[in-house]
This record gives sequence, structure tokens and C-alpha cells, in this order.
Amino acid sequence: MTKKIKNNKKAEKTKGLKFFGLGKLKPYIKTYKGIFATIIIATLAVGVINVITPLFQRYAIDNFIANRTLDGLAVFIMLYVLVVAASVVIDFFGSYGCCRLEMFMLRDMRRTAFNHLQTLSVSYYNMHSVGKLHARVMSDTSVIGSTVAWDTYQGVWNIVYALGTAVVMFILDPILALCVLVIVPIVALVSVYFQRKLTKLHRETREINSEITGGFNEGITGAATSKTLAVEDKLDADFRKKTDAMKKKGSKLGHHRALFFSLIAFAASIALALVLYYGGIITQKGVIEIGTLSVFMTYAQGIVEPVQWSVDAIADLISVKVNIERFTALTESASDVKDTPEAVEKYGDCFNEKRENWEKLVGDVEFDDVSFKYPDGDEYVLEHFDLKVPQGTNVAIVGETGAGKSTLVNLVCRFFEPTSGRLLIDGKDARERSVQWLHSNIGYVLQTPHLFSGTVRENLLYGNENATDEQLYAALDSVNARSVVERMDKGLDSEVGEGGNTLSTGEKQLLSFARAILVNPAIFVLDEATSSIDTLTEKLIQNAIEKLMDGRTSFVIAHRLSTIRSADVILVVDGGKIVERGSHEELLKSRGVYYNLYIKQFREEQSMTSGARE
Amino acid sequence: MQNIKSKQKYTKSGLLRYFLKGSVFLFVVCIAASLILTFLNTVIPKIISFTIDSVLDSEPVPTVYAPIVTALGGIDNIKQNIWIVAVIIAVIALVMLVFRYCGTFFNAHANQVLMKRMRNELFGHIQRLPMSWHSQNNTGDIIQRCTSDADTISNFVSNQLVSLVRIMLMLVLSLVFMFTANVKLAAIASSFIPVLVGASLIYFFRAHKGFKVCDEQEGVLSTYAQENLTGVRVVRAFGKERYERDKFEKQNVYYTNLWVRLEKFMALYWSLSDFIAAVQLMFIIVIGTVYCVRGELTAGKLVEFVSYNAMMIGPVRQLGRIISNLSKASVSLGRIAEVMNAEEETYGEAGPLSGDIVFDNVSFEYETGKPVLDGVSFTVPQGSTLGIIGGTGSGKSTVAELMDGLYYANGGTVTVGGKDIRDIPPATLRKNIGLLLQEGYVYSRTIAQNIGMAEETPSLDEIKTAAKTACVDGNIEEFANGYDTVVGERGVTLSGGQRQRVAIARTLIRDTPYIIFDDSLSAVDSDTDSQIRKNLRERESADGNGVTTVIISHRITTVMHADNIIVLDGGKVIESGPHEKLVASNGMYKRIYDLQMSLPDDIKEEARI
Repeated sequence: MTKKIKNNKKAEKTKGLKFFGLGKLKPYIKTYKGIFATIIIATLAVGVINVITPLFQRYAIDNFIANRTLDGLAVFIMLYVLVVAASVVIDFFGSYGCCRLEMFMLRDMRRTAFNHLQTLSVSYYNMHSVGKLHARVMSDTSVIGSTVAWDTYQGVWNIVYALGTAVVMFILDPILALCVLVIVPIVALVSVYFQRKLTKLHRETREINSEITGGFNEGITGAATSKTLAVEDKLDADFRKKTDAMKKKGSKLGHHRALFFSLIAFAASIALALVLYYGGIITQKGVIEIGTLSVFMTYAQGIVEPVQWSVDAIADLISVKVNIERFTALTESASDVKDTPEAVEKYGDCFNEKRENWEKLVGDVEFDDVSFKYPDGDEYVLEHFDLKVPQGTNVAIVGETGAGKSTLVNLVCRFFEPTSGRLLIDGKDARERSVQWLHSNIGYVLQTPHLFSGTVRENLLYGNENATDEQLYAALDSVNARSVVERMDKGLDSEVGEGGNTLSTGEKQLLSFARAILVNPAIFVLDEATSSIDTLTEKLIQNAIEKLMDGRTSFVIAHRLSTIRSADVILVVDGGKIVERGSHEELLKSRGVYYNLYIKQFREEQSMTSGARE
Repeated sequence: MQNIKSKQKYTKSGLLRYFLKGSVFLFVVCIAASLILTFLNTVIPKIISFTIDSVLDSEPVPTVYAPIVTALGGIDNIKQNIWIVAVIIAVIALVMLVFRYCGTFFNAHANQVLMKRMRNELFGHIQRLPMSWHSQNNTGDIIQRCTSDADTISNFVSNQLVSLVRIMLMLVLSLVFMFTANVKLAAIASSFIPVLVGASLIYFFRAHKGFKVCDEQEGVLSTYAQENLTGVRVVRAFGKERYERDKFEKQNVYYTNLWVRLEKFMALYWSLSDFIAAVQLMFIIVIGTVYCVRGELTAGKLVEFVSYNAMMIGPVRQLGRIISNLSKASVSLGRIAEVMNAEEETYGEAGPLSGDIVFDNVSFEYETGKPVLDGVSFTVPQGSTLGIIGGTGSGKSTVAELMDGLYYANGGTVTVGGKDIRDIPPATLRKNIGLLLQEGYVYSRTIAQNIGMAEETPSLDEIKTAAKTACVDGNIEEFANGYDTVVGERGVTLSGGQRQRVAIARTLIRDTPYIIFDDSLSAVDSDTDSQIRKNLRERESADGNGVTTVIISHRITTVMHADNIIVLDGGKVIESGPHEKLVASNGMYKRIYDLQMSLPDDIKEEARI
């Protein structure tokens, strides 16, 4: 198998997975050969014991009861206890081994997927939604783990039980055995028929169910609007339609399930009747003894389960194939941005950095004849673009929302590689060094600040793991964020909540600035905030930005033009392309896109901030 | 803040009874069917033991069976024609098929009926709870109560409660049979029951706790993955891949070990419980065999006894599960009762509404001690337009909410046509006042359905006209499916400006005598804003009947053409009058006006050069 999969060919490629894609899981099972073998051996043993247990009953009836004797009863009891005890102990190892296999495989698959995701380029994330990727790591793996482990466990038991009972029955009496086995094909056919039907109905009810949840969501989230429009009755009626459809579909599902279960149970009883009929006759003739007959009756009831299981297992395997495909598509996808072997050799990879070999980054950035199009786009957004950014230069990128302002920053950060041309860092092609080296020298602040759940300290240390508390406070002070931390009950050790949600956007932004400062980066990249934060915080942030940019090469994606008037170079982006370039004064003089944007924004800003007290 | 009235309308069990209306009969049918099934289940072992003892062996026919045997032509006839027994079993199996079907089907059906009632009641109730209730409760939490708590209850009723009743009856039945078969043996068999029940209780309560902890820890792991994926740019830019890997790894291993420990506990329990059951069975077989040898018991009776025992042991091992689920269901019921006990608004009948809107010395606070409006007075004569301008926190949105009866003033009065708004049914108010919220909700339906939402049977023409007036017609036509494009949560996401304009069209189509724009043009650019207002004026003059309009905005250009304008600041009216007067008076309005109309300083300077 080749490791390189083009994303667009992914679908075709995985279609060819054989054996439900189980082969792809070899590496994960191989690690636990021991556990896997334990499960198989233990379950095999339990299966055999389950097959022979009814024979004890036979022996008791035919020997002790029929002959009215207690001879050998002690030995019999000891043997029986031994067998039962053995089966319990062995089954403990089997099922516990099964749990362990499930959890260990799950852990390893999650690890592999998560770690692989760390090595993929940002472009991969642009093409795949976070929700889907998250599901690959968390749920697909979980489905695979439990299917493999439990189907192995149950598979071995059911096969052993089915084969074992068949063999014992044929040994005891072949014709009577056929009386029992005649229900096997019937049960199988019935199971297949209902399995299909039920799967379809399950899917349909799930869909309606999610519509109902959507309905609740609408009724509750949209409550204010519904009141102002006075449409409560209409929403009520619509909702009732959904619950009614659910009731109908759910009852239909109930009908099929009920029919399925009762038919299977009926089949088992019919087998029992057959055994009793034919077995009764041959018992009368003295061909078999009563004890043997009772064994057959037990088997007649027991054989139904393995048959039903086989049908379920096949359905399981068909559905798990999709999970395996998704999982392997993720772990086998290659990154767009990859260090050359030479760079890895010298600088290390993202999990094993060789910091001792890292040069200091000065901060000269140059675009040399760069052309670029996004991997999922058809059009070039940069064509033969040249730009020299000497150390300490402040570059601002402006434009309407959705105009494509992030492109340059994506290239500087090596989230994407130029389609052609070179990006020079300190005069050398960026590709000659490692991504990790570049990243450790960049301070990066996002438009929507992203914090991780954990304490303030943990979040700040993200910028520099070795920072002392003094350094943390110094960083906080330099962006006027000390008060944010002091307001929280436990200072640096306060929890920020999932995604930092216990803090306001402005507070999160300030902390993310402090985090960036702790990196002490040579290059600073800022995707400026648009979110409405109160004027006081905005001022604080503005000061923080200026502090950060001081003496560093910086790239600022600016949403508020008033903040970047003093930038050395302003690039104006429109329709994905750079349409104007120059200083603030030059751009105003040219009366172009920038000029109009500037006036328009100025007025909007005035109307947003005025009206309130001065 | 008005206190949300909440009287103890439903207790937990009262609520359950209320929800069970309409399905309780079905559940009874289900229980009855499964009881009959259980009874029939005991018949087959009896037939088998009879066959073994009296047909195949030569035990005398028990007196209980004598009439049946005679009816079938005597024991010798049966001995000759064993097929009779087989046919009887087949017939019973057929009858069992019917009852098994009924038991399973009526359970599912009853559950659906219960679910439907619960959902409908909850939805309808929540729709009619006052605004104050909605603003005090967290949306996600309410949705969870309506979905997962409701599921918990229905699960409990249809699975646990029904099987509890069945298990109890089955237990009694099999014990009775066992004791009639052989008292001593039955006593030995049932002495194991307390042990099994005790063990299962301890197990299920501990496992329940363990599951909760594992779920939480998996939640943490899931959050780590989620945060890592959403923050991929931060992770990359800070070069923190290794840190992230280690963090995930640590939690991944921790969670896995936690689970494996729990699973070990579970495997131990089941093994132990299997073992106890096996020991119990062994006692029965061994002692039973001894009795058989001594002639106190027949072989057939022993086999019969063993099958009753199996019927008893299975359910007993499940008792712990049911009891531990009882507490979960009770918590869910309590959470839903909280919702159901909140008092609904009284809507009243919708009637006509006309006249001036008058605010007389109105004060309002959402939270005690934090006044949002303070002594606000103004009049909006019928047919005129009032502009309200003010910054964030000036209380301008509250004015709109008070006019629509979403909240009621704490002090002073709001009157429409001379009538106190408290005495006007909300139905009348909201049918006659078109209030446009700043963030109008878009329903997940087609655009046409969204615009026609508040109308009985809107024609496409009406919808299009409204859309044109709201300047959103062009955008809609650009969608592949035009007016049939599904929007909202399960469809196309509209931009802020598009959303606001769809909301405007949705209100315009209602043709209400009053319209209130609560900053509802904020996401629309100024050109479109003025175009919409121009369309509105044209529509009004074409209609001839004056719509009383209130426009709330932070944008001067939006309110400047109003007949009268008030400037709100900190919950107080600080200036009022028409545009010209306010500009001339050189107050706050004038300052805002100057700021919003001015050019940036550097452009002015540059222009001078």
C-alpha cells in the first residue's frame, strides 16, 4: 500500500478495502497478540464447557435417577463443581481480556490519530471540519475498538457453541440432530430479513428524532422572536407534526422488532416440539435414554442464539467498515507542508526538536516571485508577488471581510507553502529550515482568541514553558492584563473554563497577547479583533499591540483601519488579490479602494461609539 | 425583575401520572401480555416433565393432568402417538408468539405515545412561558431537559418500571411453582435470592458511579481533542505539538486505565454472580438427584424444577439495575417538573388596537437595584414616527420590550390608546405591534416560509413584495433555490445583514398598525438602510394609513427623518424633539451628529492642502 493518498482520490482508494477493512487494523491488534490469544483460547474453552454442561444433566438423569443409585455421586459433584468453577474463571479472563483489548486498541488508535493530526498542515484543517476530525479521533475509533474486541469474543463463543452442539448432537443421534438443525436456515433467513428492515427504520427514527431536537432548539432559542411574531400556535402545530411522525415511525419499528423476536422464539419452540416428537419415539424404542433427550432439548433452545448473532455480526462488520475507512483515511493522509529530510535531520521534527542546532531568527522576510493558490481553489490568489520586509518592518493587510486577507499570513507562518516562488526568512528559503523552528520564533495572536481549558498559568506557559511567575507577571503587565488575572479568585491558578469561556472576549484577547509576548518572537503575526469589546478594553488592547510590535517584524491583519495608520506598508486586498500597496498617506492620495474603505469605516465606528456618553 | 410565578402544580409522581395519560392503558396491555407469556413459559416445562415421566417413563399420571389426558384418549393413546404432545407444544408456541408480539409491540407503542405526549406538553408549555423565564434560563439546559431527561423518563417507564412489575410477578409465580413441586428444594433454591439481590445492588450502585467518572474523564479527553483541533493555528504557531501530544497521551492513558479498572470490577461481579448461580443450580441438581434416588421426587419434576429456577434467577440478577436507575429517573422527573411548574403567560384573545403610545414616568429593572430605565416619559402619536437614539446600555432596547408586553414596567405606566398595557391581552399587543428584534431568529425552513411565518396563507407575491421592500429580494434570488432555499440551523447560513432584512420582510408582511425597529438595521450598511426606509415611506403613502413607527438605533442617519426623536442616556431621556431642533440646540444629539457626519481628521487635513 502506498502511503501517499491524494485527498480527492481518497474515496476511490478505500473502496477496495477487503475483509471490511480489518486488515488495516493489524498493527493495532498485533501489539496485543497475547491478550488476543487469551480471548480466543478462553472463549474457546468456555464454549466447549457450555456445550458439555448439559451432558452432566444427562449423566445425572440416566445414571443416578434411572438406576436409583448414589454410587459415584461424590466424584460427579466434584467434577461438576470443577467444571463450573473453571468456566467462571476462564470466562473472567476472556471477557476481561476483551475489555482490555477494546480499551487498549481504542487508546492506541486515538493516540495515532491525534498525533498524526499534529503533523498535518493547516490546509488539511481548512478542508475538513473540526467536528468531523473530532469524530474520527473520538467516535470512529470507539466503534472500531468495541466491534473488533466484542465480535471476536462473541464470534469465537458462538462458533464453538454452534459447532460443538452440532458435533455432540450428531454423535448422540444424527437424525435427532437434524430435527434441531432444521431451524438454523429458517432463523438465518428471518434474521437477515428483519436485520435489513430494522436498520432502515432505526436510521429513519434517528433522523426524525434529530428533527425533534431541532424543533426544541427552535422553540427555545427563538422564543423571543416567536413571541414578537405571535407564532406560538403555528410552531406548536409544526412540532406536533414531527412528534406524530415519530410516534408512527417508532411504533412501526416496534411492530417489526416484536414480530422478529416472537418469530425467532417460535422457531426455537418448534425445534423443541420436533425433538420431543422424534426423540420421544426413539426413546420409547430404547435407542436413546431420557437424559440424552433432555440434552437435545437444551441444545434446541441454545442454537438460536449463534445463528442470530452471525447475522448481527455481519451487519456490524458492514457498518464498521465505514469507520475503518474514515480512520485510515485520516492516519494515511500526508501533510502538504513537510520538512525536507535534510531539515528534519538538522532541526528535528515536531515531537523531537533539536533546539541546539537552531539559529537565531533575525526577522527579515521576503516574498520572492511567490504565486499561490489554495489547494481547494482553482484561482491564483497571488501571482508573482514580491515583497521585502526588512527586520522591524510593520506590514498591515486590510480589506473587506472575506476578501482573503489571511493568505500572506498563512504563507509567512508556513501554514501553506507557495505554489511557486520562494519565501525567504533571513535570506534563506524557508523550506531549508524546519517548520518547528520558524513557529517557535513567531508570536501569533488570533482574531478570535483561543485559550485552552486549564489555568491561566497553563495558558501563559504555552508561550514559554520555562517562564517564572515574575516573567508571567511582566508579560501581563506589558499588555495591561494584570488586572484581568487579579480579578479572578485564584490569580494565575484560576481555571479559565472550556475554550476560556469564563472570560470575556476582551480578557481572552489580553491573555493571548501576554502568551505571545512570552515567546519573545522575532516575527509577530496578529489577526486583529473585530469583535465588539468595550472601548476601555479596546484601548488597552491597542496599547498592547503597539508594545508587541515595537522593534519586531510584524504582520497585522487589520479590521479597523484607524489602528494601522502608522504601518510601514499597507497592503489592500480585494477579491482575494492585493490591489493596492503603500503607506497610509500614499493610499489616501490615490483615492482608491483604501480611501473608500477608510471613510466608510470611520463613519461606522463613529456611530458605534458615539451615542454613549463621552 | 418580575418574579416568575411558579406554583407547585405538579409533584414528581403527579407529573408522571399526567404524562402517562393515554399510554397507561397500553402499558397495562403490555404487562398483561407479558404476564400471560410468562405463565405460558411455565407450561412448556410442565408438558416436558409430564412427557418424560408419564409418557416415556411409566410414572402414574398426576391427578391434575388426568382430565386432559382422558380428553386426549388416555395415556396409552398418547404413548402411541407422541405427535400429540409435539402438536400441543407447537400450538402453545403459536399462542406464545401472539402474546410475545403483543408484549413487545405494546411496550414500544406505549412508549411512543408517552414520548409524544411528554414532548408536545413540554414544547407547548415552553412556548407560552413569559420572556422573563426564557431570559433567566440557560437555553442549552432547557433543551437538555426536553431531550435527554425526557428520554430517561420514557426509558425508565417502558423498560424498568414494566420489567419491575413483571419480575415481581414472575418471582412470585416461579416460587409458588417451586414450592408446590418440592418444599425443601424450593427453600434451598430461594435462600440464594437475598445474596444475589444484595450483590447486584452493590454492584449496580458502584458501577453507576464508575460509569459517571469514566464519562467525565472521556469528556475531558474529548475536550482536549476539540480544543486542539479548533486551536490548530495556535498549536502550530506556538510549536506546541509535543506538549499537546503529551497532554492528550496522559489523559488518554488515564481514561483507559480507569475504564479497564471498572471493567475488571464488572467482569469480577458477573463472574461471581455466575458462580453463585451455578452453585445454586448445583445444589438443586445434587440434592434433587438424591431426592429422586430416594423416590421423593421424579426425574421429570426435577427437570421442571430446574427450569422454574432459571426463570427466577435471571430477573433477580437484574433487580439492582432497576433500582439504581430509579434514582436517575427521579432526578430527571424533578428537572422536568421545574419547567412544567413555571406559569404560562395568559394570552387572551387578539383584538384591534389603535391610538397613541404613551410612556409615563416609566422605570424598569431586570435585576433589583440596577435600573435600566428611570422615569422615562414620551408620547408617540398614532401615525407618527419616533426615533430613539442612544448608545450601548442606554436602555433603548428595553423601551421596545416594554411596548410589546415582553416585560412590564416596575414603575409608571405604558399605555396604548389610553389603555394600560397590563390590561391589554398580549395576543392583541403582539398581533398589532410588529417588533423587530436586533437579532431576529431565523427558523430552519425555506426563506418563503420564514417571511410568511406570521401569516395564515401568504401568497408568493405578498412574500416577494415584502422582500423587495426589505431590500433582500435580490439576495434571495441569487440563491440556487431562490425563495425555496432552506435557511437556519439545518440550511444555508445567512449573513447578519441578510438575516435582519429577512426579519424585516417577515414583519412588514403582517401589515401591523405599529412597527418597532429595535436596532434592527445595525448589520445592514448605511446605503441599504436608507433604501429600506425610503421603501417604507413609499409603502405607507401608497397605503394611506399611517403606521405608528418607532425606530431605535445608534445611527443618526437612521433616525433623523423621524417626526420626533428622543435621546436616551443611562436610562433617562436627556433630549427630545425633531432633528432640526436637536441639531440647533447644540446638545448631545448635535455632538453625535457631528461625529457621525465628519470625515477622519487626516482626510480633512489632506483636503485642505
